Amino acid sequence: MLRVSGRPRLEAVPVPRERGPDPRSDGGPIEAGVKPGYIDHRSVCMSGPSLQPGDRVAVGRDMLQRLFDALRGAGYRLVGPTFRDRAVVLEEIASAGDLPAGWGDEQDGGVYRLRQRGDGALFGGAAGPQSWKKFLHVPARRLWRARRGPSGITVEEEGGDAPRFAFIGVRACDLHAIAIQDRVFLQGTYADPAYRARREQAFLVAVNCGQAGGTCFCVSMGTGPKATSGFDLALTEIADGAHRFVVEVGTARGAEVMREVPHRPAQAEDLAEADAVVARAAGQMGRAMEASGLRDLLVTNPEHPRWEQVAARCLTCGNCTMVCPTCFCTTVEEVSDLGGESAERWQRWDSCFTMDFSYLHGGSVRASARSRYRQWMTHKLATWIDQFGTSGCVGCGRCITWCPVGIDITEEVRAIRGGAPGGAGDGEVKDDAHA
Amino acid sequence: MVPRPWRVLGRRQETRDTFTLELEPVGGGDMRFGPGQFNMLYVFGVGEVPISISGDPARPACLVHTVRAVGSVTAAVCRLRRGDVLGVRGPFGHGWPVAEAAGEDVVIVAGGIGLAPLRPALYHLLAAREKYGRVVLLYGARTPQDLLYAREIERWRGRFDLDVQVTVDAATGGWRGNVGVVTTLIPGARFDPPHAVALICGPEVMMRFTIRELQARGVGPARMFISMERNMQCALGFCGHCQFGPAFVCRDGPVFRFDRIQGMFGVREI
Ligand SMILES: Cc1cc2nc3c(=O)[nH]c(=O)nc-3n(C[C@H](O)[C@H](O)[C@H](O)COP(=O)(O)OP(=O)(O)OC[C@H]3O[C@@H](n4cnc5c(N)ncnc54)[C@H](O)[C@@H]3O)c2cc1C
Ligand code: SF4
Ligand code: SF4
Repeated sequence: MLRVSGRPRLEAVPVPRERGPDPRSDGGPIEAGVKPGYIDHRSVCMSGPSLQPGDRVAVGRDMLQRLFDALRGAGYRLVGPTFRDRAVVLEEIASAGDLPAGWGDEQDGGVYRLRQRGDGALFGGAAGPQSWKKFLHVPARRLWRARRGPSGITVEEEGGDAPRFAFIGVRACDLHAIAIQDRVFLQGTYADPAYRARREQAFLVAVNCGQAGGTCFCVSMGTGPKATSGFDLALTEIADGAHRFVVEVGTARGAEVMREVPHRPAQAEDLAEADAVVARAAGQMGRAMEASGLRDLLVTNPEHPRWEQVAARCLTCGNCTMVCPTCFCTTVEEVSDLGGESAERWQRWDSCFTMDFSYLHGGSVRASARSRYRQWMTHKLATWIDQFGTSGCVGCGRCITWCPVGIDITEEVRAIRGGAPGGAGDGEVKDDAHA
Repeated sequence: MVPRPWRVLGRRQETRDTFTLELEPVGGGDMRFGPGQFNMLYVFGVGEVPISISGDPARPACLVHTVRAVGSVTAAVCRLRRGDVLGVRGPFGHGWPVAEAAGEDVVIVAGGIGLAPLRPALYHLLAAREKYGRVVLLYGARTPQDLLYAREIERWRGRFDLDVQVTVDAATGGWRGNVGVVTTLIPGARFDPPHAVALICGPEVMMRFTIRELQARGVGPARMFISMERNMQCALGFCGHCQFGPAFVCRDGPVFRFDRIQGMFGVREI
């Protein structure tokens, strides 16, 4: 294959500046010690009164595999958190044994490190480097194939069957991100058929966070840590004591799957513990961002001196846009065979941090790092609201964690709110984050 | 949305680097469009670019594009010959407010290739000439050799229901017309500012100075329309490249009422 017009590729998975221990170095992920006996599965209601959306039931930790089996039986490919390259990534998983049992993470500006939690939690980390957008709005795809023939050219649209995914462990922030991308790809003048096909089939198993990450600020954005809508099933993991999950049914489709999974009605004690788990995460937010009035603040401050200051640190690497679960920009590339008889048009993720992004004959509209950082932040937090009726930020904190120089969007907002250049100490580089 | 094949029926060289192509749909059909809309033109194995429609909206079976070769795709479009096939997606975007301008004077200000997206508007105005007040075309190019549609402009000049003023930045050879940038034509143009609608297309600096001159004549910002250019990869509002503040130029533009973007228009690198 000959690349006719290529561009430097952006990596979908950025490399962290600091790395945690390789959990595989000591022989692979550690299986959680399953505490048996909590739920007597001989007595549970597999064929009892059918579940309704809104119902909450309890299942034992060992029943998670039954849920996975039920999903597989219904034709879903399972995707969930698992280890790769010293990080918890989202990939196809074969069984509950692939989940990163017992591992959590430490996150800060430019820092991501895995750490042992000391319990057997399967969903014990915060948002990792990847989001579900890589399965719905894929990093690269062929748009069409063109062939040169005797009567000119014929163009064939890319079709085919979309994979049927079950997403295991979607955080509340990421549920909101999916809803935001739905607005982008499904609710505008045109709809993206490739996104729609994947999205309509996806089965969403949410997980309510029990532990906030160091860069999380979903509470500020009103997007978490509890999943309130947009899921088929939502799990709350109770890892202390008897390891179990409270499962909230979100849809009829979710109820259908739960018929196959031994469960019992959630008792007051389960519900109280589940609520405590979420309340704990809500109280642990590593970051905060005042979201009110942000649109006007940014739209009226395109010449704020802070843009120049942040540009002095920003490498325009685009990591923040790649890890962002809502960023949707793409570019296209024409690939043709050497014989020149067929050509393919490919779409790839792109970032407004590249020079090419705004290129017009004669030069880029946004040539300076200042204008590119401004585009990212103003789009995310302000003009997104004009375009899609919602902020483009869900407070997942990924852009902070995966920025190689630790630029922190919450700090940048504070600095611009503060008015004064540099925001009276607010804008200091937090070196202790890297200590 | 995939391109439909169109065949090159005719090709005319306008200037050293600019060609006008006439296309007919392979397998029949037509393309209805509004003045100021654009298409994505796809050259097999090379790429796809946004290009305004420059033909007559009353003749939808004949698609006309005027393309300046500035890079790989536009150069490939300009190399196409009669009988060659290219892909077309469109039409896209919001064009000139020709219906809303009924009853008003219409001032068209074009710079260089900027005349291409304005020509369909002019065809429309001339076809319904009685519906409009004065119609003025002010057109500027770098040199006399850079003027598009030279013969047609000659014909337009001969009409007494159309006021055509042409200028070049630098005169060459036997040029006897105006010399100077297009904005120098504005103070002397004959139209009634409070009852005029201005349609403007050209390089951004040219549009900036044109707006200033028109404002000086008393044309309000809600009566001025400009066609914006931004990088575009999809024309569907998905690729994100054409963002101009909250606007997607492909979908919300390319023609904007000036008062709606006034705040951003002056901001560098937005
Ligand atoms: C709405 C609209 C209408 C246009 N109408 C016309 C017209 O009628 N006639 C005409 O000659 N030109 C027109 N242009 C400009 C034309 O699209 C560019 O000249 C062309 O895209 C350059 O591509 P290239 O591959 O030849 O050049 P290169 O410089 O090789 O371009 C590289 C890439 O940058 C992008 N790019 C570069 N310049 C532009 C640009 N000015 N606008 C958008 N993307 C750009 C292209 O996507 C291309 O893939 C229009 C642009 C827009 C946005
Ligand atoms: S313009 Fe930048 S910030 Fe906005 S969606 Fe695209 S990549 Fe993300
Ligand atoms: S803010 Fe950070 S992650 Fe984003 S482009 Fe700049 S250096 Fe890269």
